[in-house]
Amino acid sequence: MPETKMRTISYAQAINEALHEEMERDEKVFLMGEDVALSAISPATAGLGERFGHERVRNTPISELGFTGAAVGAAMAGYRPVLDMRRIDFMMLAIDPIANQAAKLRYMLGGQVSVPLVVRAPEGGGSQNGPTHSQCLEAWFIQVPGLRVIVPSDPADAKGLLKSAIREDNPVLFVEYRALYSLEGPVPDGDHTEPIGKAAVKREGADITLIGIGSQARNCLEAAELLAGEGVDAEVVDPRTINPLDIEGLAASVRKTGFCLIAEEGHKSGGVGAEIAASIQEAAFGALEAPIARVAALDVPVPVHTKLEAIVLPSTEKIVAAANNLLS
Amino acid sequence: MARATSRLTRKRMHEMYRAMLRIRRFEETADDFYMAGKVVGGVHVSIGQEACSAGVCAALREDDAVLTTHRGHGHSIAKGTRLPEMLAELMGKVTGLCRSKGGSMHIADVSKGHYGAHSIVGANMPMAAGIGLAYQLEGKGQVAVVFFGDGASNNGAFHEAMNLCAIWKLPVVFFCENNQYAVSVPAEYSTSVDDISVRSKGYDAPGLTVDGMDVAAVYEASQEAVAHARRGLGPSLIEAKTYRFFGHSRGDPHYGMYRTKEEWEGWKERDPLIVCEKMLKMTAKQKKAHAEAVEAEIKEAIEFAENSPEPEESVALEDIFA
Ligand SMILES: Cc1ncc(C[n+]2csc(CCOP(=O)(O)OP(=O)(O)O)c2C)c(N)n1
Ligand SMILES: [Mg+2]
Repeated sequence: MPETKMRTISYAQAINEALHEEMERDEKVFLMGEDVALSAISPATAGLGERFGHERVRNTPISELGFTGAAVGAAMAGYRPVLDMRRIDFMMLAIDPIANQAAKLRYMLGGQVSVPLVVRAPEGGGSQNGPTHSQCLEAWFIQVPGLRVIVPSDPADAKGLLKSAIREDNPVLFVEYRALYSLEGPVPDGDHTEPIGKAAVKREGADITLIGIGSQARNCLEAAELLAGEGVDAEVVDPRTINPLDIEGLAASVRKTGFCLIAEEGHKSGGVGAEIAASIQEAAFGALEAPIARVAALDVPVPVHTKLEAIVLPSTEKIVAAANNLLS
Repeated sequence: MARATSRLTRKRMHEMYRAMLRIRRFEETADDFYMAGKVVGGVHVSIGQEACSAGVCAALREDDAVLTTHRGHGHSIAKGTRLPEMLAELMGKVTGLCRSKGGSMHIADVSKGHYGAHSIVGANMPMAAGIGLAYQLEGKGQVAVVFFGDGASNNGAFHEAMNLCAIWKLPVVFFCENNQYAVSVPAEYSTSVDDISVRSKGYDAPGLTVDGMDVAAVYEASQEAVAHARRGLGPSLIEAKTYRFFGHSRGDPHYGMYRTKEEWEGWKERDPLIVCEKMLKMTAKQKKAHAEAVEAEIKEAIEFAENSPEPEESVALEDIFA
């Protein structure tokens, strides 16, 4: 097999390429959101308006409920809308069309329709934007049957999974981590897709399994480097999609290492980590040598002040400390 | 579009001029401090829109309420919010109005009837209806004013709140600052009507469009709407045509990205401070007196904010539950 050529691009560029390529490939794909037609608004959507025109790259009024509901309708009627929510916090105004409608319509109507909708939801803190502009809310949505939830942590997965999401015939919440937008990494040339529902080992190791969601997969990789300096060989696994969740992929690593730590940027209570921990103990209880550890945002709104924000949010240092605590 | 015609007293005009100047100088300070890296988080300044804040709040009683938006410094100042504590909040000091946890987008001074800036577009309007409901039940003749943008008038929250206020005759004034843009999206594109005030018709409430660069016009329209609310007749909608002289936030330039230089210059000629100076035929001496008084206040705010301490770590874990 010829070796795939790789290029180094940023996470935001990877999203941008996926959108360009899928809009090129399928004329039913269109993009809507506040300010999406303005290239300068985001590197993830720059150039799309110029390339595809403002019919397919459509600015919306500040009407989240309205345009998300409209996207559900357009999806039922044969189009493949992609929404740009700017921030997941603003998507809270549109939970009804996502959770009550898009996710349930196929089931409720006895299989008569499908809803091929992608909701792109950038999220995350660390920029002093305060309680209503910093949240990570993916955990809320794994409670919704019928909705796929994707949480890419590097450029290759961002591109490959967004392309798969757009081709998927079901509604997808595609979470983007703002803190990762400028992260660079290798992405295969050509029509690169990644499967929905498969975890990926991002670093091999033997002593402990670090499971990281989105921005925290990145922090787990950094933590693994620091732990290596202390003689601990950590394995980093990224679930990549949290509905469906690849429990076997995660459990396989835990069976190998015996120790498991889960890191996410959302709040700890009722978080994605809680769901993964419960599933891992169901699948691999005998392999665990200690209780599963969790690192997450404290159950506190994310404050503006830089120092206070750092107290509330998870970090590489907190992961290292929790890993050492787990192993001792 | 309504323009001021009446016999406003010169004293009242000078008070409103002073309020506008306080806002202008606070916003310039906020912007300077942001550029110097002294502000924690973002700021959205209201330079160009001062006549709206000053004109509306001059028509209010101290025990009336205001609710505002991400672009809320001006409304806060005009309603009497303390400048030192406000600047301290922008600078992430524990003496700030929100103890450094809310920042510029959540300035509130409830003791002055300021129920907060709200950073989720539209969220303030249903809350204003609720404050109006409480005021109606209390029966003391208080009124709530909610400020919002052209962009927010396209959000369901606006329409639901207007209808609630209309059916229950709640004492609420909806004040829309149509500064022509929501970030980069022109109101001309995003809004079904030329004059947002006509949307009041759908709720059988009075609606009026005023020149938002003319503080006297804003004041007169507000007085009427506030009196209507106080008499128990329900909500009104005022739209003020205005313009922000700066970008949406610091991410975009004053012009050149989605606004033309010509458009920007045209509105700059109608700077609300200059319009007011002309109406008052203000003398150099009077101007100087206003400027000196405001400068002293700004200086005091800066000294307070700069000398205030940062929060202790424990502040992060406080104020979650009552
Ligand atoms: C529900 C919601 N959607 C989107 C945003 C992002 N946002 C912040 S301000 C803004 C534009 C607001 O425009 P307008 O109401 O006209 O007020 P202006 O900024 O012009 O004062 C947008 C889209 C938000 N804060 N809340
Ligand atoms: Mg506006």
